[in-house]
Amino acid sequence: MPKNDFQPDRRALLKGSLLMLPAMGTGIGLIATAGADEAPPHIDDYTPTFFSTEEWQFILAATDRLIPEDETGAGALGTNVPIFLDLQLGSEYGSADNWYMEGPFPKGAPAAFGYQLPFTPADLYRYGIAATRRYCQDTYQADFPELEAKRQIEVLSGLENGDIHFAPQQGRELPSATFFSFLLKNTKEGYFADPQYGGNKHMGGWKMLGFTGARASFREWVDQYDRPYPLGPVSLSGERG
Amino acid sequence: MPINKQPVDVVIIGLGWTGSLIGMEMTDAGLDVVALERGADRTKEDFLYPKPADELKYGVRLGMMQSPRTDGVTIRRNGGETALPQRQWTTFHPGNGVGGCGAHWTGVLYRATPTELSMKSFADATFSPGFLPENMVMQDYGVTYDELEPHFDLFERIAGLSGQAGNLNGEIIDGGNPFEGPRSNPFPLPPLPRTLTDTLFTEATQSLGWHPYPYPSANVSQAYTNPYGMQLGPCNFCGFCSNYGCLNYSKASPQTCVLDALKRRDNFSYRTQCDVRRINKAGDGQTVTGVTYIDGDGNEVFQPAKMVFLCSFTLSNVRLLLLSGIGQPYDPISNTGVVGRNFTYQITGSVDMYFERHQFNPFISAGGSGQVIDDFAPDAFDTEQHGFIGGSYIYTTQGPGGAIGGTRVPPGSPSWGSEWKRNAQREYGHHMMIGTTGSNMAYRDCYLDLDPNYRDPHGDPLLRMTYDWKENDMRMTMFMADRIREIVDELGPDYHTESFHKVGDQFDPSHYQSTHLTGGAVMGTDPQTSVVNRYLQHWDAHNLFVMGASNFPQNMMHNPTGTVAALTFWSVRKIRESYLANPGPLMSRS
Repeated sequence: MPKNDFQPDRRALLKGSLLMLPAMGTGIGLIATAGADEAPPHIDDYTPTFFSTEEWQFILAATDRLIPEDETGAGALGTNVPIFLDLQLGSEYGSADNWYMEGPFPKGAPAAFGYQLPFTPADLYRYGIAATRRYCQDTYQADFPELEAKRQIEVLSGLENGDIHFAPQQGRELPSATFFSFLLKNTKEGYFADPQYGGNKHMGGWKMLGFTGARASFREWVDQYDRPYPLGPVSLSGERG
Repeated sequence: MPINKQPVDVVIIGLGWTGSLIGMEMTDAGLDVVALERGADRTKEDFLYPKPADELKYGVRLGMMQSPRTDGVTIRRNGGETALPQRQWTTFHPGNGVGGCGAHWTGVLYRATPTELSMKSFADATFSPGFLPENMVMQDYGVTYDELEPHFDLFERIAGLSGQAGNLNGEIIDGGNPFEGPRSNPFPLPPLPRTLTDTLFTEATQSLGWHPYPYPSANVSQAYTNPYGMQLGPCNFCGFCSNYGCLNYSKASPQTCVLDALKRRDNFSYRTQCDVRRINKAGDGQTVTGVTYIDGDGNEVFQPAKMVFLCSFTLSNVRLLLLSGIGQPYDPISNTGVVGRNFTYQITGSVDMYFERHQFNPFISAGGSGQVIDDFAPDAFDTEQHGFIGGSYIYTTQGPGGAIGGTRVPPGSPSWGSEWKRNAQREYGHHMMIGTTGSNMAYRDCYLDLDPNYRDPHGDPLLRMTYDWKENDMRMTMFMADRIREIVDELGPDYHTESFHKVGDQFDPSHYQSTHLTGGAVMGTDPQTSVVNRYLQHWDAHNLFVMGASNFPQNMMHNPTGTVAALTFWSVRKIRESYLANPGPLMSRS
């Protein structure tokens, strides 16, 4: 029978937690606080390999606006989301290794056909960051990271809505809204993906949301209705939060 | 010069569900069998906890899927458009590697209904003359439910199917699906335990007078040993199912249900990273001689074989037939030819509901967990008075609640910043979905052929899909949307959002819809309108057999895998009984 009227007590919680630890006894090492031997770096100590110094400053400022630290929990900077972006864009994702990238790339393809631009994610970030910085210089005579927070939010909204127009590169224009959609999507990926990809430091994104990560064993909880799950997340490396 | 391999009795192209089952049956028959898989090997090492529990790798970057770079497809909605490639997969997820789609599927395992297998006969007997649109090309499968029943039953025992029978030898059983075809046996295992979404859906649909039943699940509910001696463990609702390999040996797949048994056999071998480029035709015009493939080192290899089984994904089956020049390509203008004809999809829609009062814990989820009603199946009510032929099932399933894909915020609210964080935090775990998946009729101008503009890295043309939604099918989904709204009213969420197609909408491949792509190499009893006969034997090459959902003349409302597997057994049993002793056409062309 469903236990809609369940009142948690300490004994049940302890019993439940013993039943629920997926890796208990399998030698995967959930006992140790993980990452002890390879603790994730502080964002200030990281040297980007994909982004240039100027691009990195843009990414730091923009992701801080997209996912700020606040009363709900950690933000993009505290969870190393910029490091995730740097690693992803320097890898097979950035170079679109799995995508079909042969031409022709007709202009004006209907939105229903999905992404039809000739830019890899790496190309798209280089183009989008440079164009946004140029817009800020032209409009405010300052680089994006130098703008006050309110102004940065206006610029990001201008990208999101497509109100800012980027100058064409090699005859092709990147819509600013497309750049923004990649930036936002990848920023959220970095906040919510397993910490092994460089972001979601100490599972800060998962803790903010209430996601359990790789815990992945819930048989005893299927019929415990309307009862918040009491245990924190587990990462692929065995870190517990 | 190609490398020539030693001849074998049987070569299988693609080592997913159908290839694995063919491997078991043909090695049982004492034949030497080689399977060629273009993707990587996938063994239990790949599925060890916690490896699959990686949303970025599998749920977002689609690590189990084919690469659009090497196996792309172009799409257009009508003959007036220029088709454009899917540069990344959006609208469907074709699997790659050993296990194929069977390794990453959801594990919802259905049978076709008696009506769906004989849709043309049903329509002729049921609908007013002239009711069906002129461009609808409906056909019977050419095999009946009674003929397939033992094969449905066998595959359900191989998969450890968990659920509740609704029709046992004609007796309607409470709590099961009363609209299903009669079963000769109960389900091998009882249903999965019910989630909160299951219970809410069940109560609401019962109070509306409908007949909810548990999703037939190939994520097993109890420890199980199948007829091949393969063992499955009870599903633990890990939350990583569709798009993922199973970390718990609970989801039926070629790996968990067939391959370890098959690999032990001396007369079976398989080679991975072997990309079959052509099926080679014989000079006699009646047979094939084997296949030509590119191996992992880039060598061109010819593998001679007495029999060829084409067991890849729907789109790959059709493309390889077209590239090999076997069978006449379909031409929608002259309405001649068969390869690529009757390409169909499925019609889906859903609502998402927010309940402040409920905590669903959406990470507690199994792909095959859910509750369903079939009260709006194609033959369950008078669809003509609502202006369509076809039907849909309506269902709920809990989760998946991955952090990247599972966050929800109210419509119109910001998608970033502190307000987004507050909304995402408050609403996570408080959402429930109800979806519908419906039949799709075949139409004269929905088909597959070779693209004139885009090529793969070998210089071969990509497959081109010409497909759009049609008024009949949109009327059907609008009817289902109204039924779902009745369920929403029963449940009383704080708010809900809808995602349904309507009459006049065009096919939108920029979003995920379904991987249930069907047709293009359809089965039948008339060589003018089918690629393979009712035993899945190619009309133009009697030692070539084509397996998979490419055989479906039009798509059913349910998920295809059970019917695909039953058709595979149906075909291979006929081969073992009749063809091996006397190779030749199993049906005459006239």
